[in-house]
Amino acid sequence: MKHCLVVDDSAVIRKVARRILEALAFEVSEAEDGAQALDRCRLSMPEAVLLDWNMPVMDGYEFLKALRQLPGGDRPKVIFCTTENDVAHIAKALQAGADEYIMKPFDKDIVEAKFQEVGLV
Amino acid sequence: MTEADFDYLCTFVRARSGLALTPEKRYLLESRLQPLARTRGFETLAALVRALQAGGNGELEQAVVEAMTTNETFFFRDKTPFETLRNDIMPRLLEARAGSRSLRIWCAAASTGQEPYSLAMMLDQMGERLAGWRVEILGTDISTQALERARAGLYSQFEVQRGLPIQLLVRYFTQVGDQWQIAPQLRERVIFRPFNLLHDFSPLGTFDVVFCRNVLLYFDMALKADILARLGRQIAPDGCLFLGAAETVIGLGDEVEMHPTLRGVYVPRRRGATRAA
Repeated sequence: MKHCLVVDDSAVIRKVARRILEALAFEVSEAEDGAQALDRCRLSMPEAVLLDWNMPVMDGYEFLKALRQLPGGDRPKVIFCTTENDVAHIAKALQAGADEYIMKPFDKDIVEAKFQEVGLV
Repeated sequence: MTEADFDYLCTFVRARSGLALTPEKRYLLESRLQPLARTRGFETLAALVRALQAGGNGELEQAVVEAMTTNETFFFRDKTPFETLRNDIMPRLLEARAGSRSLRIWCAAASTGQEPYSLAMMLDQMGERLAGWRVEILGTDISTQALERARAGLYSQFEVQRGLPIQLLVRYFTQVGDQWQIAPQLRERVIFRPFNLLHDFSPLGTFDVVFCRNVLLYFDMALKADILARLGRQIAPDGCLFLGAAETVIGLGDEVEMHPTLRGVYVPRRRGATRAA
């Protein structure tokens, strides 16, 4: 079973994402901010990270840059999932090593399409 | 709605668009036409039917047909046909057309434009290999409303997130308010025009590639066979036809046949050739 780490400071978003991803046969774990997510990745590298941008402690962008420096940190497919819905943010995310980008609000079809796009569904 | 009104609407829609509405589609007909009746100032669906029966209101007739069409589409839908076209069909066509350096592609049910624009993006990414080539992409649809949206090339955030890789969104779209608009150079590559698949295809000319996906499924067997036969005559002998993933030509005449190796691809039967046993 593939493992996806959902990183979002909103418990509601984490719950919705968990439901969608579990229906797509992912094992899901959660983190509330980038720092917590980085700790989880150090322990066990997931196949995918669904990543919010704006979070307390460490935001998604800083997390992504740090993740890509970790041993094996180039492997997870990182899909941003954020309300930062402008070209500048998307370009910045791609430059930092994001694989896909979901603009909130999202639905099951979009999540499935994006995970298909990165080859995990 | 009375049986007589339902029967009238079924016959009307079928005669103008080919859409085959079976009795179990009664809910669909009501749910699509009730709002139209209201916006047009008819108190009931029956009143709209009387207006259609009176005749002489072409605009209302078109609106009824458009309300019954399904415009579901998204960028790079089903992915495989686009990969097959790029990897298997295009190299062969580029070789075969090296003299004329000209290709014609027809999206026969272009809807709001995502399919022809997906093709335009795919061709643009082929870069140098198509330098100096004239590639015409024709997108037709029965729905003039859908074609208006297609020409504008404006899509919602939901629409650009279904099937479109993020790199292509950044490369080919600009943000216009809360919508995304496809680049002018791609809009210029696609010609959109209204066209009814019940009409004669010959004025459209011959095509190297035809996409006619997820439209035949709305027609009855006789019309499917008729359209396939006519499509077969508009495709160059070495050209091909893409149908939807759930569509087939089996039992629908012999003008087109399955490609021997490529799934979802159909080719015109060679004139004078006999079917292999």
